Amino acid sequence: MSAANTGTDTNEDPVAKQVRGTVVIDTEACKGCDLCIDVCKPDVLQMTTTVTNGRGYRFPQLLVGCTGCRACADVCPDFCFQVYKFDEPKTWTMADGLK
Amino acid sequence: MTQRRPDELVILPSESAPTDAAIVADFTPDLIDVGEHHLCPGCGEPIAIRAVMDAIAFLGLAERAIAVFGIGCSTAFSNNLDVEVLQALHGRSPSVASGVSRVRPGLAVFTVQGDGDMANEGLQEVLHAAARGENIVCVMLNNGVFGETGGHLTVTTTIGQRTKNTIEGRNAADHGHPMRIAEMLAQIDGVGYVARGAVNDAGNVARTKRMMVDAFTAQQQGLGLSFVEVLTMCPTGWFIPTDEAPDYLAQTIAGTHGVGVLRSSLAASGSVPGPDEA
Amino acid sequence: MSESTTTTRLVEGSEAFAQAMVGAGCRFFAGYPMTPFTEVLEHMAVALPWVGGVCINAESELEAVGMVWGAAAAGTRAATGSTGQGLSLMQESIAEAAIAGIGFVVLNMARGQGDYFQATRGGGHGDYRTPVLAPSGPAEVAGLVADAFDLAERWRNPVLVIGDYYMAHTWVDVQSSDDHTAPPPAPSWALDGSTGGTGRAKLVSPLGTTKQRDGVGYDLAAHYAHADEQRRAMEAGIEPRAEAIHTDDADVVLVAYGTMARYAEAVVSDRRSAGHAVGLLRPITLWPFPTAQVAEAADGSRTVAVYENNAGQMIDDVRLAVLGAAPVVGLNGYRTDSSAFGISPEVSVEQLTASVDELLEQL
Repeated sequence: MSAANTGTDTNEDPVAKQVRGTVVIDTEACKGCDLCIDVCKPDVLQMTTTVTNGRGYRFPQLLVGCTGCRACADVCPDFCFQVYKFDEPKTWTMADGLK
Repeated sequence: MTQRRPDELVILPSESAPTDAAIVADFTPDLIDVGEHHLCPGCGEPIAIRAVMDAIAFLGLAERAIAVFGIGCSTAFSNNLDVEVLQALHGRSPSVASGVSRVRPGLAVFTVQGDGDMANEGLQEVLHAAARGENIVCVMLNNGVFGETGGHLTVTTTIGQRTKNTIEGRNAADHGHPMRIAEMLAQIDGVGYVARGAVNDAGNVARTKRMMVDAFTAQQQGLGLSFVEVLTMCPTGWFIPTDEAPDYLAQTIAGTHGVGVLRSSLAASGSVPGPDEA
Repeated sequence: MSESTTTTRLVEGSEAFAQAMVGAGCRFFAGYPMTPFTEVLEHMAVALPWVGGVCINAESELEAVGMVWGAAAAGTRAATGSTGQGLSLMQESIAEAAIAGIGFVVLNMARGQGDYFQATRGGGHGDYRTPVLAPSGPAEVAGLVADAFDLAERWRNPVLVIGDYYMAHTWVDVQSSDDHTAPPPAPSWALDGSTGGTGRAKLVSPLGTTKQRDGVGYDLAAHYAHADEQRRAMEAGIEPRAEAIHTDDADVVLVAYGTMARYAEAVVSDRRSAGHAVGLLRPITLWPFPTAQVAEAADGSRTVAVYENNAGQMIDDVRLAVLGAAPVVGLNGYRTDSSAFGISPEVSVEQLTASVDELLEQL
């Protein structure tokens, strides 16, 4: 399990993480069902808590560490995910953000 | 279960479409016209329908496919696909599909029906079509309830399952026993492929997509009737929160209706890679 | 190139119905055995494969009409049939096919004439109608069956043809040609898979014709309103047909359809030669009912007598057509044989003559 799962990451965490993919999320299409959260193997999807979309549903947000495995897209009943796999894996630190 | 995180974690913006990457999944599949539908949050049926349409696209059958829809929640998609669709009445899809297939032999004719539609209203139709060896693919989306009419029990509702009219849980003395439809069809000479999949986790979704490809492959090879049952989540009909539905499916529904390939006449070497593996 | 040959053969009425269907371009038939329809299914099973068609012994009447729904939607001239009880099972599909715009022919080889209401009032749910054609004997069958398929295609609606046990088992001369005209091409709305993947894939549905990609989706209210317009156009567009025999100056006008009309025709002929003013108005389309022709025949008459083999069904439509211009009486009552398939031996020209004479005396 990556360090991300300890729940202690902050923006200052210098640990570099491999990111092999990313997703674009159609947050307005989401109905807040949570199915994507459980299937995400690197555990990098997190539902909003207080923010909701135009229809009042909470929606997922992507954290650092996506592998582009597309499990989220496969189980989403509302076709909310567009999944990308980088040509070359990128290395991030939390402070850098995605480059 | 989702872990709670501090809000200061880096959250990538939703619109961050990269230029140095390849798309591996693209929102709504091509053969579904409009991604937005009004089925419940957490419904498994769109996932199953996606598996069917992905298989058709993968096998290049879009301009040779005719879908015959039953009546139920999945009817929401009957006017939302980029393949030709013939809407049938409750239970009648297998006979309608048989008529289409007989006058248009070789086309990829398939049905999309719920368990209430196929196993209750139309049980004799699918059994007879299988016995006749009709060259059609019958897809049964099984959530163990009549979803569209409010969540009452069907022939596949499992013992102990709570529905609107088995509110204490189905028991055999009062409500009879569930029937295993895939097992019944696997017994009938005339079928070419019989399988049961599920859409409650990524692994099952991937396996279900392969079942759909195999089902249509068997049909195109003229091996008889193909049948794929797909266990789908119905948190509304099951009276549970959406994020508990996948586990409920695994423990309650799949306990009676086991996933797997029950019968196949496909050549052993003919296992085709799934649409996402090509 | 050899010329096509026409042969005249003596065939039972059921075979005449089958030949008529094949000659009209029917290339898909599905049915379930039931007396007196069974032989039509037998003959179609023999005839259709010869012309590249398909005949299926369906496992139930529900599945027979379902198969026809599919075959017709895929562009093939298709038909099914049964007797009244079997048609009862098919009513949901017939009613919804009308709303879906799927046309096919349904043959009722009836027992007696008790299915008049089922045919003309719509035995199923909702506001649909089906055109109904009633031959009086095998000689009329070929033409009316061909008309039925044309109507079904023109109006995208199921069309009924009513025969009966008598017609099924009466042997007649039928001319058949070995030059089978190819059936017409599939209508443009029919499905063949080819519009898939184009962004404009076709839809045939009793729920509507609009697709979500057009931003509309199903709107049942709009669809039923549209179906209503189609039904009115169909009613206005079909010429009601009847045969009028000696009705211009008749004192007593008989109204009868199908086999019963042949008894009536014999009585009219006989009474006329004895100097009595008796006539016959024979509806050929039971829907649209030949209201104007019945009214014209009744105009100037002294009694209208409806002769039907049931407890009184067509008499309602006759009363509506006559609208009080003359008294309307029923020469009805369900008269069948001990099997309930056919006609009672009591039904005879003599029996009807006696009834007509009674009416003449009362004038």
